[in-house]
Amino acid sequence: MDLSPIALLTLALLGYVIGSLAGLVLCRWERLANFLSFGCATLGAGCGLVACVELLAAGGTTAPIQLQLLPTLVPYVQFTVRLDSLSLFFGLIVSLLGLALSLYSLGYARGFYGRKNVGVLGAFFNLMLLATSLVFLSDNAFFFLIAWEIMALSAYCLVSFEHEKPETRNAGVFYFVMSHIGTGCIMLGFLLLFKDSGGYGFDGFHALGEKFSAAFHDRNNPDFPVALHQLLLRRDAAFLLFLIGFGVKAGIVPLHTWLPQAHPVAPSNVSAFMSGVLIKTGIYGMTRVFFDFLGTPPMWWGVTVLAIGTVSAVLGVLYALMQHDLKRLLAYHSIENIGIILMGFGASLMFLDTGHPLLATLALIAGLYHTINHALFKGLLFLGAGAVLHATHTRDMEHLGGLAKRMPQTAFFFLIGAVAISALPPLNGFVSEWLTYQSLLQGFGTTESLLRLMFPIGGALLALTGALAAACFVKAFGITFLAQPRSEAAAKAHEASFTMLLGQAVLVAACVFLGLFPTVFLKILDPLTQQLTGLQLSQQLTLANGLVLAGANPAGGTVSTLGIALLGIALLALPFALWLALGRRTKTHIGPTWDCGLKGLTPRMEYTATGFSKPIRMIFKALFRPRREVQREYDFSPYFATNIRFEAHVEEVFETKIYRPLNRWVLWLSRRMRALQAGSIQAYLIYIFITLLLLLLFAL
Amino acid sequence: MNPDLTGIALQTVLLLLLAPLITGCIRNWKSRLQNRRGPRLWQPYFDLVKFLRKDMVISEHASWVFAAAPYVVFITALLAGLMVPLASAQAPLSLFGGVLAIVGLLALGRFFMALGGLDPASAFGGMGSSREMTIAAIAEPALMLAVFTVAITAGSTDLSHIVSSAQQSGWDLLNPARLMAFAALFIVLLAETGRVPIDNPATHLELTMIHEAMLLEYSGRYLALMEWGASIKQLVLMAILVNIFLPIGLIADHSVAMIGLGLVVFVIKILVLSAAVALVETVNAKLRLFRVPDLLSAAFVLATMALLSTFLFH
Repeated sequence: MDLSPIALLTLALLGYVIGSLAGLVLCRWERLANFLSFGCATLGAGCGLVACVELLAAGGTTAPIQLQLLPTLVPYVQFTVRLDSLSLFFGLIVSLLGLALSLYSLGYARGFYGRKNVGVLGAFFNLMLLATSLVFLSDNAFFFLIAWEIMALSAYCLVSFEHEKPETRNAGVFYFVMSHIGTGCIMLGFLLLFKDSGGYGFDGFHALGEKFSAAFHDRNNPDFPVALHQLLLRRDAAFLLFLIGFGVKAGIVPLHTWLPQAHPVAPSNVSAFMSGVLIKTGIYGMTRVFFDFLGTPPMWWGVTVLAIGTVSAVLGVLYALMQHDLKRLLAYHSIENIGIILMGFGASLMFLDTGHPLLATLALIAGLYHTINHALFKGLLFLGAGAVLHATHTRDMEHLGGLAKRMPQTAFFFLIGAVAISALPPLNGFVSEWLTYQSLLQGFGTTESLLRLMFPIGGALLALTGALAAACFVKAFGITFLAQPRSEAAAKAHEASFTMLLGQAVLVAACVFLGLFPTVFLKILDPLTQQLTGLQLSQQLTLANGLVLAGANPAGGTVSTLGIALLGIALLALPFALWLALGRRTKTHIGPTWDCGLKGLTPRMEYTATGFSKPIRMIFKALFRPRREVQREYDFSPYFATNIRFEAHVEEVFETKIYRPLNRWVLWLSRRMRALQAGSIQAYLIYIFITLLLLLLFAL
Repeated sequence: MNPDLTGIALQTVLLLLLAPLITGCIRNWKSRLQNRRGPRLWQPYFDLVKFLRKDMVISEHASWVFAAAPYVVFITALLAGLMVPLASAQAPLSLFGGVLAIVGLLALGRFFMALGGLDPASAFGGMGSSREMTIAAIAEPALMLAVFTVAITAGSTDLSHIVSSAQQSGWDLLNPARLMAFAALFIVLLAETGRVPIDNPATHLELTMIHEAMLLEYSGRYLALMEWGASIKQLVLMAILVNIFLPIGLIADHSVAMIGLGLVVFVIKILVLSAAVALVETVNAKLRLFRVPDLLSAAFVLATMALLSTFLFH
């Protein structure tokens, strides 16, 4: 069968729709509902993946393909789909993750049989896939916002799926509120753009960007018209609104607090989607608006984004280290990785301002590369965490351990994800962070102002982030999968089912591919950078027939993950030769771990997750403000306690210092506002009359 | 642009053979400074051979990660070593990665070593892993910033480029910026190789050890690979330090005499640095764990000052 990519893409969307309906209709028959809804999602995502790869690999589509999806009923509201390289790149991410997650869900949803309604889970999961795809593909602001809202609402329903737990309900509502604050900002941003573009189509916004650029380059002209000056001010306002709006969704510090609450409580397949793809809609929005709609950026935009990125990266990983809930830990790492992505974007915006399109493209590539990488390894890690949760019914690392022997494949997959997210060679996280370092280092020479110090300092903080992430994943993997099981449930854990492993394997394969073959993948990014900055770098970044990846110029540094991996395997011959020469007669004995002469080690003597991160907690105690409470009961000497209760807390500064006061203030204001709402219809009529008068006056 | 295979083979042999000697020298000289006779210079070679011939005892709790760790530690140290210019300014594997890849590879080795420490379910191993990862995390920014200072000057993260640009810049070795970057990197070297103010390589007192605590459950062949890997890593970091800040006597052409001379100069430079490490180990006491961040933030400040004085006051 020969299907055009467009037909395949339509099939993908249709697959999600059918899957969603099937889930709802068949929700009484859970096995059938599971099979049909996640089966349709798998097929749909597969079609979408093929379509996106084909269209991106063809590459040459300079003019975006536009399609009418539904008839236009109301003016301005057009359901048009746009297939340009940027949309397709994010479409690729959602399809790839969708494929792996749907496969995984086929097995994972079985854990809900008899407890929860699997059909509803499948229906909302499909709806979320559909809406997210449409967010990436929509061609005008109205359609974008509608898809955005459906996406947010379906995600809310999925977060609240296990709503019988109060923790889940609170997280769901918090997510709901934060998400709508973001949507409000985005709506205002689009309205501001509408004022100057006169339409809601993305083509109109793109044309507006050129107008912005022209005005911006002309701004130092002595007779610069006031109207254009106001235009630029409106542009700055739009930038801030979009930064906040998309920032809430992406989870930048300090708008991140909803993220570590909402992601862990959702079912694991949904957490994987939210951390992997949903927060990337914020990144998509920023890329679309900052690089496509708003024209040449002024310096302070780049500086702001770079600073936010750096702060998010460092704080995200520091808070992640303090967690002992496996999924919460992963959620905090999403904040860190969004920070790393934004470091690339911020640097790129700064280079655009100083007129270095080559470096701007390199930094943008670094950001986008990290975007897809994060989607892959974070999806993978959440799936691993889900498998652990499925097998042991706990997310608390202090009750886990020893799973590497009980769930060997899951452990191996999780380890791959952990190495990738810690930016260790030769996997994909290393490649994108390497590109980020390269662009930061080369950026030092682009400006004479003191701002250039941001690049090496940002690089040093990126190094701190990377090293802390490695520490965090030694903890996450080591405490969860290694040593002795710390609870009965962990001791009885079983390996995940076949489809669950298959879903993880897809992501592992993608991580390894993006790690070892960056130069192949960079070709896919070519049309994208062509569209956004007008340059194609894949040839320039490729040396030695694709074996070696270079920075913007080969003298600036090269790396070859494939070469490292191959040579590493070849060097294994050395230990083998040593064994042949000296150790062939040696035997291996299995014995107990050294226990200082006690009668064997118990799991209670192992290092705990909390203990593991204690040095970091103490070093950064100014940030964490750790508090602990110890109660000891003893008979004759405090050294022989009969009962000890230990409680330790870390303060979440943003919650206690920003959100709670804000919350109190909002509540206070609403109590005051209640006076207006007295319940008397006469009073309301007066309000309406006064409002009408004011509006009429305003119109005059 | 094929990687130069003879170069790789030669450098591998050099790394494998020289690394235990450096460890032996530091141990011996440290003992002499403390009025002890100390082990022979070549004792580490005997140790390695002995370990390789011994049976292994593996913890019943350990998984495959425990077995994988020694290989990863050994191989990553070697790979990193191949990217560093030792006797010649051109590292054989410089095309495959520069200083960022070296830091990444060493971090990969550390990652697995820490996992290997956690795997046998011993509290000592967990403690060692936790401390090792913490110290590495706070040493990393100082390391990177000092490296960035030289990388930005050279316009490259490739160590061969950095070294040749340092050669061309002539005899401004006493430039304060370079001295400060050197000091920062020296502190990082002490931290990364587990030397005295931060860790004590000679201790087996359980509550103070870091590196040794992670290796506590290793024996036989695995222990040999771990120890060898650690020695190679130490040599790699020392080579980076001496060749960036003292880029003299590097081989320019490939005549036998030149190679011999280059090797001799390189070994002398490394031995001088080893002597400095032995001296620092002797005259300092080990710091309390929570004083270590102070030392490492001093390194970070030194690196920042190096950066500032290189670029702002010129």
